[in-house]
Amino acid sequence: MSEDKRKSEMVKEQDDGKEQGNGKVKESRRDFLKKMGVAAAATVAAPAITSTTAEAVSLGETFQTHFELMSDAQKEKAIARLEKRYTEQFGKQTTVANTPAPDGVLFGYALNIAKCIGCRRCVEACVKENNQSRDPAIQWIRVLRMERGNDTFELENLHKGSPDSNSLGDYGIQSGGHADKHVGLSGAAEHYYEPEQVPEDNAIYFPVQCHQCEDPPCVKACPVRATFRDPNGIVVIDYNWCIGCRMCQLACPYWARRFNWGEPELPNEDMNPKTHYLGNRPRMRGVMEKCTFCLQRVREGRYPACVEACPVGARKFGNLLDPESEVRKVLATKKVFRFKEAFNTDPKFFYYMD
Amino acid sequence: MTMKKQIASASEKPIAFARDFFSYAIKGGNLYYGWLLFLSFFVLVGLYTAFVQMTTGLIVTGATDQIVWELFISNFIFTAHIAAAAVLVVIPAYIYKRKDMKDLAVLGEIIALTFVTIGLNFIMFHMGRPERSWHTFPGLGIFNFPNSMLTYDIIVLNVYLGINALAVSYLLYMRYIGKPMNTKLYTPLIYVAVAWGPLIHIVTAFILSSNAAISMWHTAVLPFAFLSMAGASGSALIIIFFLLIRKFSKMDIADSVIDFFSQVMAWSLGIIILVFAAEFFNELYPATHHAASLEYMMHGHHGLDAYVPWFWATMALIVIPFFLLLNSKIRKSYNSLLPAVSFVVFMIILIEKPAVLVFPAFSPTPLGEYAVYHPTAIEIFNVLFIWAVGFITLTLLTKGAIGVLTGEVRDSNTVETSGGAK
Ligand code: SF4
Ligand code: SF4
Repeated sequence: MSEDKRKSEMVKEQDDGKEQGNGKVKESRRDFLKKMGVAAAATVAAPAITSTTAEAVSLGETFQTHFELMSDAQKEKAIARLEKRYTEQFGKQTTVANTPAPDGVLFGYALNIAKCIGCRRCVEACVKENNQSRDPAIQWIRVLRMERGNDTFELENLHKGSPDSNSLGDYGIQSGGHADKHVGLSGAAEHYYEPEQVPEDNAIYFPVQCHQCEDPPCVKACPVRATFRDPNGIVVIDYNWCIGCRMCQLACPYWARRFNWGEPELPNEDMNPKTHYLGNRPRMRGVMEKCTFCLQRVREGRYPACVEACPVGARKFGNLLDPESEVRKVLATKKVFRFKEAFNTDPKFFYYMD
Repeated sequence: MTMKKQIASASEKPIAFARDFFSYAIKGGNLYYGWLLFLSFFVLVGLYTAFVQMTTGLIVTGATDQIVWELFISNFIFTAHIAAAAVLVVIPAYIYKRKDMKDLAVLGEIIALTFVTIGLNFIMFHMGRPERSWHTFPGLGIFNFPNSMLTYDIIVLNVYLGINALAVSYLLYMRYIGKPMNTKLYTPLIYVAVAWGPLIHIVTAFILSSNAAISMWHTAVLPFAFLSMAGASGSALIIIFFLLIRKFSKMDIADSVIDFFSQVMAWSLGIIILVFAAEFFNELYPATHHAASLEYMMHGHHGLDAYVPWFWATMALIVIPFFLLLNSKIRKSYNSLLPAVSFVVFMIILIEKPAVLVFPAFSPTPLGEYAVYHPTAIEIFNVLFIWAVGFITLTLLTKGAIGVLTGEVRDSNTVETSGGAK
């Protein structure tokens, strides 16, 4: 079953157009193709690997151990294997880096929800940078759209409540006026919106991605330690060690993990050949993936792709241990909150307002 | 006898045992072959659908990032029910020393053994990359011990499988060669198995309730619900199983045994009702966000009401059998109502797993999305494949075991000492 069809069978909270999810996926896909040229449209990633290389590679990959437990020589070998395979498969010189985590850094992220306009440029940039599957579409960032204001307080409900005043006699005492109705629309959000233009007057936007929890429930749940916290506080996955059990996906309160239900399709033209072993290298079917704060970039001192892509500068990124960093300045001077604090996961992802 | 000969005969005997056991197991009447043929049909179809899933990925199931667990894992939870309930046969036999159940204990262990195997198969199908399961083998892979609940489950399931396999084959083999068992070895094994049965189930419940992000499961009643469901569905299966054995084999099973299980089934249903009531009250009275999944099941959400009939049917079919079973006439109707009620209880708890426990729990998702699960044909045939393999195993093992227990399968050199069990 295609992702589009699956999506179309889901109904979102406050949903009034069932096909929105469907539309969204196609829309962003079209955009990519437009940008990448006409030729892209016709091409489906055709595996161009000769069978002998593929076999040698897959045997080697099958028996390799967890990346963190490999010796340097083993790592080199594993990486060479991958580079060779990706280069042949995608028809372009691909590098798989193993840039180590820089010392004395704890990465943090701050997002200005007053500024976000819901354009989802970050989503597009992320998909492109991180080699996410285009079909079935996998996206690491969700931009939730919420209705501004509150339309449930109405005069006619003023005297309503429970118990109903004429069911068992009218005692004139009500335990709640509007209380039997949901108050406001808080918590009701959707991420398949498809407006003509953003920002919409009546909406606010709330992007969610992996919060890189300091106490990550996903890491706790993984039976084989395929997912773990790197020395910079980024939660990463060894795609070659993941057994696809999805325990981590259940555990994550931010719904940040994406599973490769089928063979990921990544057209050659769209593939970003500059990859990192723990970051944006192409994934295989049956493994988990998620945002890594663009580990391949930030370990080299660059910004994550979403930070660069945001047209309104709503996204800030930096070293939480450095008081001079942008993100620390935000924490010190703005109105800051974290999402779902009740889960006690201590996210390194902050929301703020001016 | 020379030393050499002795060794030779010692290694020959287990082979002879296996040969006699299985050649007896595959013999039977037309009905027996019909049953095996019926199951083989699903195996044949399943070989194809399993191939499709293993080569295409889990996308051929109905699972999505919204509804993460498919039919496989819901069925796995159910098999854990039955496997745990098998100790209900062992406990009366070995701890209460009931004479009428002494010989039946081994059948209980066969049930445990088969259902753990079925459950492990379901887990294999559930995994995105089953060929990497070696990552969970101690020594080869790495365990996330003591953090991951799945790690515990892998350990307890395999140990339970091992214990039962050992106990069953040891007992049957000793019967076969006509020697008394070494109770110093056997009794402790049985006691460990008895303790281990509920344990596999409690750990399975913890796998679910450890996920704070899925609020419907994040409740302390889950292990109690599971154990009471094990009592009900396990007893239901055992009743049907024993009634069939009694009808079709020489094995003698007293009415008192069936009565015991129908009582266990009745009171397990009673406890399930209480557990549900407690949970529903706990959710619905404060009616916080935690109640969202339950409300979704009870009333639907914005027109999404696929689970509503399942929910109410399940609740009704758990309550009605409870009241029926309070009636001793129904409990004693061994050839009509009792098996029918047992069948309903077995099926309803099987259906409750995906339709009430698993699929609706994922809505709303942590980001507030509602979704409905649609199992695909490939997924359904894979589930039937696993069940068919499981029932074939159960049938063959039981048939062979009955042969040994009734003395029809036995070592030709054995000197009759006890006059046989006939
Ligand atoms: S947000 Fe989710 S995926 Fe990311 S670290 Fe936290 S629990 Fe893990
Ligand atoms: S899906 Fe992969 S990363 Fe997630 S818990 Fe399972 S093995 Fe670990």
